[in-house]
Amino acid sequence: MSEQAPLITMQLMGKNYRVPAGLTLMAAIEYAGYKLVRGAGCRGGFCGSCPTLYRREGNHRIFTALACQTLVEDGMCLVQMPFVPLITRPYDLYTITPQANTLLQHFPEIAGCVACNTCTRSCPQGLPVMDYIQASLRGDIERAALLSFDCISCGICSSRCPADIKHYAVGLLARRLYGKYITRNAPDLAERVAAIETGDFSAELDALMTLSAAELRSRYEQRTFEVAAEQEDPYSATRSYNSAMDPVDYQDELEVSG
Amino acid sequence: MEISDGYPAAMRQSIARVEATRSARMGRTFPAMSLDERKALLLSHHPDYKAGAKRPLLFGSGQGMALNHELADLFEARPLVRASLDLSKIDHDVDLLVIGGGGAGTVAAIWAVKAGLDPRKILVTTKLRHGDSNSTMAQGGIQAADRPEDSPAQHFLDVMGGGHFTNQPELVRALVQDAPLIIQWHEHLGMMYDKDASGHFIEHPGGGTSRNRMHSARDYTGLEMMRVLRDEARNLGIPVIEFSPVIELLCDEHGRVSGAVLINLETRHYHIVRAKATIITTGGLGRLHMQQYPTTNHYGATADGLVLAYRVGARLIDLDAVQYHPTGAAFPAQMAGLLITEKVRGLGAQPLNCDGEQFVFPLEPRDVEASAFIRECAERGKGIKTPQDMCGVWLDAPMVDLIHGPGTIREALPAMFRMYARFGIDMTRDPILVFPTLHYQNGGIATDEHGATSVPGLYAAGEVMGGVHGKNRLMGNSLLDFNVFGRRAGMAAAAYAREHPAGKLSLAHVAAYEAMLHDAGIETTRTAPRILPDYRGKEALDRYLDIPL
Repeated sequence: MSEQAPLITMQLMGKNYRVPAGLTLMAAIEYAGYKLVRGAGCRGGFCGSCPTLYRREGNHRIFTALACQTLVEDGMCLVQMPFVPLITRPYDLYTITPQANTLLQHFPEIAGCVACNTCTRSCPQGLPVMDYIQASLRGDIERAALLSFDCISCGICSSRCPADIKHYAVGLLARRLYGKYITRNAPDLAERVAAIETGDFSAELDALMTLSAAELRSRYEQRTFEVAAEQEDPYSATRSYNSAMDPVDYQDELEVSG
Repeated sequence: MEISDGYPAAMRQSIARVEATRSARMGRTFPAMSLDERKALLLSHHPDYKAGAKRPLLFGSGQGMALNHELADLFEARPLVRASLDLSKIDHDVDLLVIGGGGAGTVAAIWAVKAGLDPRKILVTTKLRHGDSNSTMAQGGIQAADRPEDSPAQHFLDVMGGGHFTNQPELVRALVQDAPLIIQWHEHLGMMYDKDASGHFIEHPGGGTSRNRMHSARDYTGLEMMRVLRDEARNLGIPVIEFSPVIELLCDEHGRVSGAVLINLETRHYHIVRAKATIITTGGLGRLHMQQYPTTNHYGATADGLVLAYRVGARLIDLDAVQYHPTGAAFPAQMAGLLITEKVRGLGAQPLNCDGEQFVFPLEPRDVEASAFIRECAERGKGIKTPQDMCGVWLDAPMVDLIHGPGTIREALPAMFRMYARFGIDMTRDPILVFPTLHYQNGGIATDEHGATSVPGLYAAGEVMGGVHGKNRLMGNSLLDFNVFGRRAGMAAAAYAREHPAGKLSLAHVAAYEAMLHDAGIETTRTAPRILPDYRGKEALDRYLDIPL
């Protein structure tokens, strides 16, 4: 069933290469003979280390993409950006307080936003980048935090911004302020941590540590399960996992493989 | 190649057969296997039991341990530097060296500062960028027994059973006991966990857990954790050198680890680091592509830390067990190997062969399910081939909306839906192609509960360390693992550094290792650590000339 993909022409850093259609930009660059050191990271769209600029034939625009998440096209002319330089002032999250002007104080350049929307158009995650910068400017930390949450810090927005804003750093501070000061602390957590620190759970753990392998196995098999509403679903993965059928008896497997 | 709605014509023909059988399959699920059937299938088709896939280590502290050839090759390889390397000029003289800038390394460096070390006397060095790691890619969540209905003891039992009782109990104890403390630390750092209006965490169950204790930050739990930790490390002024992996550890005259040799990947300059204590946090091994499997792992996951530690005599544990996740994406190519969450099957999507037939119960344990997919493709020839010559089985995703109502996929699996949509595939209408993918290094460098290895001055934390998960890790315990043991190793190494001045640097262990290779009869030109996998095209490599410039 396998068929040979047709070759297309990609212009990489000014040189033409013939590469199979259907490859990602990253795979095409490697196919052409480049061993990537910079410009490749998780290869799955999470780490932001492969920002790429390109033009298409017959189109005047500069396009932006993650090299690992985008397919190569015939006539594409591209270059990878190793990274976007970033210098920020250090801060101590424990001593700053979230005021309406906190983000503006730390990142005064956001006042220069001309609302051109280039950041939003360039974001490979499809985030409303300009909207969270505008929210930051207004002191709406919550909105800035929520709108920027899916940011992978690739920095493409900052490379394209006429006001030199460090969008992804602004979003990060907004989210940390939101997580630390604006959402409530978990009510049970402090109590649980205090109980652990005073040794309330030690005896129970000590007892488990002294059990023989057979005793431990039997305690495991006698566990009770918390029944969640969704576990009543006959198709629930966790319901199956929590059955007596799992795990496979590894001792037997070891004996066979040994 | 004709593509319609994301799939080429040849795959469309198979999709038509999937659609033809769909209504008859609704409500009819392939029966689960008996324990005997599972065992037979594992032995015949699970990669860990594949005949000829492993060989025993011939020398050193792990002599006799059966390892996949790809991993054994790294141990049976020559060091990248000779023992005669000039060590006289010390480029960085520090209290603590942290090798690896992922989750574990960043946590370790932060806690070493909290334990009293001067941040300027710490050095974090990493192969790619700070934060480029498997930690960033983790989606699901982090376990911690922090609700009144739950307890560390309950978590302990779940971890031990999930690991088939092969775990080191004192490590598991540390893991479960520190978990709530870690979550509280994250809360103070401003991490955005999913919470309800009153501040309670939204906690879900996970595979193998008896209580709901999975804390998450949407589908981006690892990303959120890593970017906050990195920001905290930067604010503390901890120096990080990027694109500079360690290629060899350094010892002193007493055999204690005392620093490392780094290589600048761009200039190929080496740097000498002298350190009073050293922590290895280099992560896993997915990019070795054991038995040619694709992987969910990061580009730099090439097991460097295992090689470095073995050269100085550190003890290894449980490296024979590797975790393969049954559902990695097999199509399109740009998603190959990426994780498709178990939740898709949990919501009712059935695995199917090229004829649209069921061949396995959808929710067998991970290793069994993966083996059944492999058997369908390899032995029975009923897989579906992609234009890139990968093979996979269908996961009939549209069933989810048919069972639970329209909109369920977009509601319950938004990240998955978006990812496929990016490449022109609508998983609410079409099935998706999956195949097992290399996911996690269960074992690693053996340590005590403070991260100390068997070699003085050397600590390890995160995926590179072994023992806590035994032969099988549960979901939600790896993000926890790197926080718990990163923190413990950071504090223990800081204490060690205060009491042990750095000695005279030596590479005598490299000469000793070369001698062991020779004595074991291993003659090779292979070198290790591997640093990065090579994906260059064959056509390009065929005409590659290694000329001086």
